[in-house]
Amino acid sequence: MESKSFTTGNRDNPNTDLHGSKNMMASHFLRALFRIQQTSTSSSSFAGRSRRIRRAAYASMAYSAGARRAWSRALLRKLRSRARLRFPRRLSRTARPQRRDMDQAQVLRKLVPGGPSMDYCKLLEETADYIRCLTTQVRLMQTVMDSISSYAHHPMIP
Amino acid sequence: MSSRRSRSRQSVSTRITDEQINELISKLHAVLPEARGGDNDRVSAAKVLQETCSHIRRLHREVDDLSERLSELLDSADLNSAQAAFIRSLLM
Repeated sequence: MESKSFTTGNRDNPNTDLHGSKNMMASHFLRALFRIQQTSTSSSSFAGRSRRIRRAAYASMAYSAGARRAWSRALLRKLRSRARLRFPRRLSRTARPQRRDMDQAQVLRKLVPGGPSMDYCKLLEETADYIRCLTTQVRLMQTVMDSISSYAHHPMIP
Repeated sequence: MSSRRSRSRQSVSTRITDEQINELISKLHAVLPEARGGDNDRVSAAKVLQETCSHIRRLHREVDDLSERLSELLDSADLNSAQAAFIRSLLM
């Protein structure tokens, strides 16, 4: 799909980092899934296992970006503190219409890990990278889904 | 923050220029799924941020949803095959 080479590539291209870290993301996530599968018992709750998978997803993202990004550092801190991973779900309804982009920036800060401590410029920069990484993780999860679904529907010849 | 970003220093102080912000807004706009047909140059910053927030929320929900679906399938999942498929994709 993307680059053929997984070695260096164009250093100036920020997407190169993403390709190398894509593989890290995928291998980390698959390993985590494997562990979860192994350690799940029949008494494990569905919700509990979903949460573990979700946590593994954000961990894979954070580890793939590593210490390079403020959002990933913030996410790693959150994961290590074993705090519940929460992002605001409700759309914020403000009485007055959004007049300036500064107001939306406040909303955005709650959605991006580490957002509250970022200045406006940093927030914009970090958000773009966070979205790229989130998108990659979502695609990865979809790919894994398709992969294990198709094997379920096309079982090996006994 | 980092001074390497402020190429155009209008004064000695590291003041953030409107151009810098517009550039960052454009870059953000570029990673959003719906490219406006037509006027891609001048998109209101507020609109971009609004769409950004919606998009991030949507992605978070997708992660939640996919986590649940993976949880359902995990029992019978052949992850070795998934892993093999992934390794194959590396070689392509």
